[in-house]
Amino acid sequence: MIDLDDLDRLILRALYADAGLSAGELGRRLGLSQPATWRRIKRLEEAGVINGRRVEVDRAALGFGVTVFLGVKLATKGRVSLEDFERAVTAIPEVQVVQHVLGLFDYRLRVVARDIADFERVLRRRIMTLPGVGQVEANVLLTEERRPGPIG
Amino acid sequence: MQIDDTDRRILRHHLAEPGLDRASLAERAGVTPATLWRRLERLTEGGVITATGAVIDWRAMGYEVEVSLRFTLDKTNPRAFDEFLAASRDVPEVVAIETFLGRVDVRLNVIARDMRHYQEIYRRRILTLPHITDIEALMLIATIKDDTGLPL
Repeated sequence: MIDLDDLDRLILRALYADAGLSAGELGRRLGLSQPATWRRIKRLEEAGVINGRRVEVDRAALGFGVTVFLGVKLATKGRVSLEDFERAVTAIPEVQVVQHVLGLFDYRLRVVARDIADFERVLRRRIMTLPGVGQVEANVLLTEERRPGPIG
Repeated sequence: MQIDDTDRRILRHHLAEPGLDRASLAERAGVTPATLWRRLERLTEGGVITATGAVIDWRAMGYEVEVSLRFTLDKTNPRAFDEFLAASRDVPEVVAIETFLGRVDVRLNVIARDMRHYQEIYRRRILTLPHITDIEALMLIATIKDDTGLPL
């Protein structure tokens, strides 16, 4: 595991908010030279702490007004049914996130849709027809906020 | 803001693979690099692209445990949501906060170094949050799919 100092955390926090920041710009903010900043970023990338980029969009402006989280319980269990379910569910374009969880449900899904009617179509035609699917619970997302967590 | 097919094509590829460099993205979207640059600027200024942030792998920072905690709040108190959300923001191990319409009111994503650390956070920081009437925990086993792609 990588050891992080305060400067590393500041760098992570800045890049978490804006991945497009150049090493020079970031260094100026932190009072660090461009090469020193670049070396630190490189080290964080190599350790896998920085793991790619995420583009966030105004989904509503693009016509996707509804985001729903589904808790899915499988009706039948066993290795084969998990694999079948996972293969089928990841292929659905409206499903952004698939997480295998332990607890009340077996899977958590994040589903985007144009509106509630469109969500109903996705739910009925795509989700309820998945292999092995059992009980499903839906919660409509109202707000979401990403926090800097331990780098804050 | 008006969004045309070229914007949608660019966004579809950009969201599907946010780490792609500009030249490859232009090629995939079938536009010139100059057009791509202009379109991305316009989409950002128009508020369609809201942020481009680094993805941080908490696991690479030594946080092995991730739990999704689902809360039901005491809705008889009109300040319940605001006070609960404000208190959650003070917990450094909370990396995401979502509010819902449904059986669940709020969901927090909590990370911890190990189970012992999680137990400590749960007892000291989570159970002490205000206005909770019920909590359910889903422990993350694996993320099978996590992308920001939209079926544009």
